[in-house]
Amino acid sequence: MHNRPAENHVSSLSVRALDQLMPMHLIISATGHIVRAGPTLAKMMPEIQFSGARLLEIFELQNPPTADSMTDLYAVAGQALRLRFRRSPNTQLKGIIVELPETNGLLLNLSFGISVIEAVQKFNLTISDFAPTELVVEMLYLVEAKSAVMNESRNLNLRLQGARIAAEEQAFTDTLTGLKNRRALEHILGVAAAQHRPFALMQIDLDFFKDVNDTMGHAAGDHVLQHVSSTLVQATRSDDTVARIGGDEFVLVIDNQVDKRALNDLGLRIIRRLEEPVFFKGDPCEISASIGVSFSSDYSCVDPSEMLADADAALYDSKNKGRAQVTLATPYVATRRAANG
Amino acid sequence: MHGLINRSIECFVRDIYGLDQWQQIAAASEIGFDSFEPLLVYEDELTARVLDAAALNLGKPVEIILEDLGTYLVSHPNVQSLSRLLRFGGETFTDFLHSLADIQDRARMAVPELEMPMLSLRSHIYGNFTLYCSDGYPGIGHVLVGMLRAMADEYGALVLLEHLGGKSEVEAISVQVMETRFSEGSIFKLGRADA
Repeated sequence: MHNRPAENHVSSLSVRALDQLMPMHLIISATGHIVRAGPTLAKMMPEIQFSGARLLEIFELQNPPTADSMTDLYAVAGQALRLRFRRSPNTQLKGIIVELPETNGLLLNLSFGISVIEAVQKFNLTISDFAPTELVVEMLYLVEAKSAVMNESRNLNLRLQGARIAAEEQAFTDTLTGLKNRRALEHILGVAAAQHRPFALMQIDLDFFKDVNDTMGHAAGDHVLQHVSSTLVQATRSDDTVARIGGDEFVLVIDNQVDKRALNDLGLRIIRRLEEPVFFKGDPCEISASIGVSFSSDYSCVDPSEMLADADAALYDSKNKGRAQVTLATPYVATRRAANG
Repeated sequence: MHGLINRSIECFVRDIYGLDQWQQIAAASEIGFDSFEPLLVYEDELTARVLDAAALNLGKPVEIILEDLGTYLVSHPNVQSLSRLLRFGGETFTDFLHSLADIQDRARMAVPELEMPMLSLRSHIYGNFTLYCSDGYPGIGHVLVGMLRAMADEYGALVLLEHLGGKSEVEAISVQVMETRFSEGSIFKLGRADA
């Protein structure tokens, strides 16, 4: 049955040539025993005595799954095989079997599939353990190069993330309303105080805002805050500063204006406009505001945090007097605080 | 010039001469920051300014700095990954020399926008080679000399190297392989120890 025309055969290979071409080959006798194993297999599993052992004692044929006799092995010749070592670490292998007509034996050539990355590590393999025509080395190069690049990429992402957080922390804008935030306010007050420009500080706290939030939800609350913001911006000049410094707390810096009557009027005007109901999904949201104002002209030496504290004290006077009012921090309050402080 | 290359110049100066030196060089070259991002691409001109400032600050000719950079890239413990990647090029130093012809493809496989010079190797008799380097940043040949010297150590080969200078943008390096197994070298296993 094996008498084939001569032109279909090439001269037989020396074992050295076999080792070079297929360092993971096995020659199997007609009885299903291993006659010899390639050098890489021998290096991987030094504790296994390959020659003389039955092939299927050492390897489990997983696909196709039927083989347990030599006849079965002939039957799978030419097919792609999945095998694994029966012995730990049970490395997965790919293989192909071809017939050796002279001896009725078989030649099984093995290779690592994707398990190569683990295998080279586990078995301490080097370049010379693979045939130079195999792409294993290029594949490993690529895996290692890509993981180095991924590592750099991860570092870059971490740095960018850090930079984004830092930028957010340094931002001067309140994201909900687009107004200045507390950090910006402190900066502006510092500049105004250093330049000895007269200015008034108006601290505004919304009244009944919590009720809107509690009964109509946060979306309604946010809607009201945005409406308040645009009202405050409209009520002031472009040189003035409008800042949101807390949930429902706002501060206006009115530039070059320390006339008490004018500021009182401005405060009342703002309260009137804020009391006009805002509609959210058809329902009216009703709020008001309490206001306290301090004036840089009341201080011999302007300290922004002192002015903020005095405006805040005046604001609480407004709250205590029944809300929806404007209280001007009196020079007396200012001096008293200065004396106590 | 790719950030990886700029970054390696930065790491070289930092690891060999210290952070202070690097910061002075970065300031003197007016690049506007003090650390390159390895995955971004920068204008070539920045690299030239950094190298000129380094030469001035360190009091060494640019050629020497470039050669030291090449040696650093292969042999310094902080940058072991490159010498490993280069050793995938072959089992012996001679195989490795021949693999340099693929360096553009190898670099592109890892980082598509990383441009490497075109290297071609001419073999002469008795283990003598000439490595030609074209399309590269001027002076890249000196980096190669430093790298080849350190790679020869890696492979345990005894090698004589000489930068033959360059004309019309091609730099030539003479490589004389006296002995391929002069010393033990370091063993290269395909699997990474830390993987």
